[in-house]
Amino acid sequence: MGKYIGKSVKRREDIRFLKGTGRYTDDIKLPRMTHTAFVRSPYAHARIQGVNTDAARNADGVVAIFTAADGCGAFGVPCGWQVNFKNGETMREPVHPLLAKDKVRHLGEAVAVVIAETLEQARDAAELVDVQYEELAAVTNPRAAMEKGTPLVHDQWEDNAAFDWCIGNDRKEVEKALAGAHHVTEVSFRNQRLAPNAIEPRSYIADYDANNDKYTLYSSTQNPHLIRLLLCAFVLGIPEHKVRVVSYDVGGGFGSKIFHYTEEALVTWISKQIRRPVKWTADRSEAFLTDAHGRDHVIHARMGFNKEGKILAILSDEYCAMGAYLSTFAPAVPTYLHGTLFQGVYTTPLIHLNVTAPFTHTVPLDAYRGAGRPEATYLLERLLSKGAQEMNMDQAEIRFKNFIPPFDGVKQAGYQTQVALKYDSGNYVGVLKRGLEMLGYDDFKKEQEQARKEGKLLGVGISTYIEACGIAPSAVVGALGARAGLYEVGQVRVQPTGKVNVYTGTHSHGQGHETSFAQFVADKLGIPIEDVEIEHGDTEQVAFGMGTYGSRSLAVGGSAIMKSLDKVLEKGAKIAAHKLEAAEADLEYGDGKWTVKGTDKSVSFGDVSLTAYVPHDYPEGLEPGLDFSSFYDPVNFTYPFGAHIAVVEVCKDTGKVTLKRFIACDDVGNIINPMIVDGQIHGGVTQGIGQALLEEVVYDEAGQMINGSYMDYAMPRADDLPMFETDTTVTPCPHNPLGVKGAGEAGTIGSTPAVVNAVVNALAHLGVTDIQMPLTPQRVWKTMQN
Amino acid sequence: MIPAKFDYIKASSLNEALQLLDRHGMDAQILAGGQSLLPAMKLRLNRPGVLVDIGGIPGLNEIKEEGDSLIIGANCIHAAITGSELVAKHVGLLAEAAASIGDIQVRNLGTLGGSLAHADPSADYPAVVLACDAVITVAGKKESRDIAAADFFQGIFMTALAEDEIITSIRFPKTKKGTYQKFYQAASRFAVAGVAVVWSGDGIKVGITGVADTPYRATAVEEAYDGTGNAATKAVDGVEVMSDHFADAEYRSHLARHMVRKALES
Repeated sequence: MGKYIGKSVKRREDIRFLKGTGRYTDDIKLPRMTHTAFVRSPYAHARIQGVNTDAARNADGVVAIFTAADGCGAFGVPCGWQVNFKNGETMREPVHPLLAKDKVRHLGEAVAVVIAETLEQARDAAELVDVQYEELAAVTNPRAAMEKGTPLVHDQWEDNAAFDWCIGNDRKEVEKALAGAHHVTEVSFRNQRLAPNAIEPRSYIADYDANNDKYTLYSSTQNPHLIRLLLCAFVLGIPEHKVRVVSYDVGGGFGSKIFHYTEEALVTWISKQIRRPVKWTADRSEAFLTDAHGRDHVIHARMGFNKEGKILAILSDEYCAMGAYLSTFAPAVPTYLHGTLFQGVYTTPLIHLNVTAPFTHTVPLDAYRGAGRPEATYLLERLLSKGAQEMNMDQAEIRFKNFIPPFDGVKQAGYQTQVALKYDSGNYVGVLKRGLEMLGYDDFKKEQEQARKEGKLLGVGISTYIEACGIAPSAVVGALGARAGLYEVGQVRVQPTGKVNVYTGTHSHGQGHETSFAQFVADKLGIPIEDVEIEHGDTEQVAFGMGTYGSRSLAVGGSAIMKSLDKVLEKGAKIAAHKLEAAEADLEYGDGKWTVKGTDKSVSFGDVSLTAYVPHDYPEGLEPGLDFSSFYDPVNFTYPFGAHIAVVEVCKDTGKVTLKRFIACDDVGNIINPMIVDGQIHGGVTQGIGQALLEEVVYDEAGQMINGSYMDYAMPRADDLPMFETDTTVTPCPHNPLGVKGAGEAGTIGSTPAVVNAVVNALAHLGVTDIQMPLTPQRVWKTMQN
Repeated sequence: MIPAKFDYIKASSLNEALQLLDRHGMDAQILAGGQSLLPAMKLRLNRPGVLVDIGGIPGLNEIKEEGDSLIIGANCIHAAITGSELVAKHVGLLAEAAASIGDIQVRNLGTLGGSLAHADPSADYPAVVLACDAVITVAGKKESRDIAAADFFQGIFMTALAEDEIITSIRFPKTKKGTYQKFYQAASRFAVAGVAVVWSGDGIKVGITGVADTPYRATAVEEAYDGTGNAATKAVDGVEVMSDHFADAEYRSHLARHMVRKALES
């Protein structure tokens, strides 16, 4: 297509990262900057009987101390998505205070904040704040939270439900289909709670400028404009034009840095109170306690099959934890980002999902890499493999029987699901065929048979997933309860010399936009990539934007830039036509110049841009300049898909699972930079494997987190993993200009069920049909014993 | 993750370190590699007033042969033990244990003496010093003394060391055959069951860590040893087995027996 698209251009941003010269929020040191230490609840649920700050106020270096009684008690952070009860009752939306007032509702909730000259002094003084608590009973499991007599998180309501919700076909019809099915497969499990674990903890610096009554907030956020909007319009009531949010380099987010957190609003408010910059950076313990967690669905589901193995119906009842308060997008995760994926890649005619979303005495839950789609995919893929096992069918064969046939969304229409979405394009048979070819499925089966004879437990697991990226269009998500639009902004500013600055409302926190965006911009304009600079992360540079999550950046943000590039070329052609004394219709653009068709008369992009800014000899009536901004609101989501296959060996003596191979064949539409896509898949697959085998946040009955450190919370490491075998097929997205779909979450969504299916497959001959995640050695060993 | 305020003194000699311990009493703690102490201080679970750094004391990080023994200085880092030809030749299982500790960063800072003095019930070295019948040499204000490994570990984070004593070296009898087999906890990579076996003459000596709140010699296994792995069934006889989130008592007992069998059959 061009010089750069499709090439593995090395990441330009890595130069500063590898040299240790990135600009992370915590690297910023402002004059007169103060430091922050929070006094956090040691209980999951307690009444605050009193807070005594006298001793702390007298400690060395203390500048100020605030509790809910000190002026910030009126503020709370909002929820950005409303899901009402099935009976029409409005979603229950408790105030999420910046500092707890009468009660604490989760371990680690902030009660007071100490501002001091140094971080050490802040920490020392925080220890002197004396909070009197009356500990109360807590509930952390979402199923238990809906039982009668359970402790209430917010006692203004009669039970813990924040809302309930359903999607799909009529429940009675689905029940009927299940009752008449040849075989019904049933599962009950908990899609466990995960901590997001971005390598850079959350960090904020607020700097109030009294001369201009303006604030600057440096924030490790994935979406600076959204934070500014929420902070100004919904929390502190500050005029939006008086606030600048800056988010330069961010060390990973995985969703956890989308949300507007209490600490962010609080430091902003305090900066004005004390007329000094205020910095807070979470330490790892605080990150475990306060970053919004992911998943935590307690599920009971059934899938009915006919005797050929065709899926007839699926019915799922789920209790999905919200945590103590509603985080920014929490209500969307187990509903519109989850239930809408229940079609999977299969022709299932009847689907019903019923969700109850209770408050729990835990840190809030919200989107975590994949956000609702991993939970949907895990359920479908487990049900399908378990069904195949119970019906003595091959797990590949049952998938081939149920796949939606290939459709490109152009010649063949998109696929209308039972659960609202209409898929854009897909070839699900293709990815599984390719995945099985990479595995050598027939040879593997022989190998497995031989291994079993030798007493080895070898298993293979398949997962064929679909996901929905680039959440859109705004009108639809608005109808579904979103309190924000989900378009994107892209500005292309051509400088007089033909160098190009591109301003995107998306945000890179590891995704490599500075490289991949520059690749398609350079190709579209036919100029060297060195002439293109991608700017993001500063609300005073970038007009507006919705940030990066949901694998949306290229599909939505890239499309906005493409619109502006079209405008640049359209105006450029007018100038070129004038310079060449030709009709616009007679010009063609390529290789960085306009040429009169069939001649060697041409004018370069640089000449045209210089003319645009030095318009001495210029088309009549045309404005000078070459600078365009566009908003792009997609017509649909994009739908990447793929096949992931895991091969595992289970140690019969210890239950330890060893991944022998991992194969991922993904289709993310057109690919701009294969290396970056591969990197996204690798990272995503690793996080998915982490959920399958290692990770789980565990709260005990009192609501204490028993594994809130890396000594206890197991993250996947390189030596837990095999070399990944990756490949892609390409089914372009028919409705965006680059034909791209999104790659950020695919790995996480596809990999988890593949690994669990493989372990169950390894133990199938022992009668094992399911194991609760994470598949720790103890759990696998105990399953084998029974 | 900011420790409470403390003073730091780098001792240049053993005598100076001992004097500092004497002067500051309970308020002082010894800093060796700091791989357990510093994280605990950052969480403010441990808040010494004075840290006496013994890392600069000459002579505490040597590895040398002495007759039938190998003497290893207390300040030897795990990486030095892993990389030592003498250790590999004479106490191979110690090198195996050292190589299994933490990660490269930890192995380049943590020390043998520091780990023993800390006495984490899931640390690797205790199993090895028990199986080797090693002798821990400590210096005190008045005298130096030798403590047999069997007498050294007294409970969770508790040892026979007095407040004012410093481990200076560990004497390992040379072994002809030995092994260290470990099943690690996925997050910390500490031992859930770590088993050291040393063969001498017809018999064996077995040290086990990670299983009970104090590392122990599995005497029931030693007595029942018949040249096969069968004695492994006695790995936790008479032992109160620990239980935690990663491994409950049932699974941990099974792992102990399995790792003993693996060691005996190696």
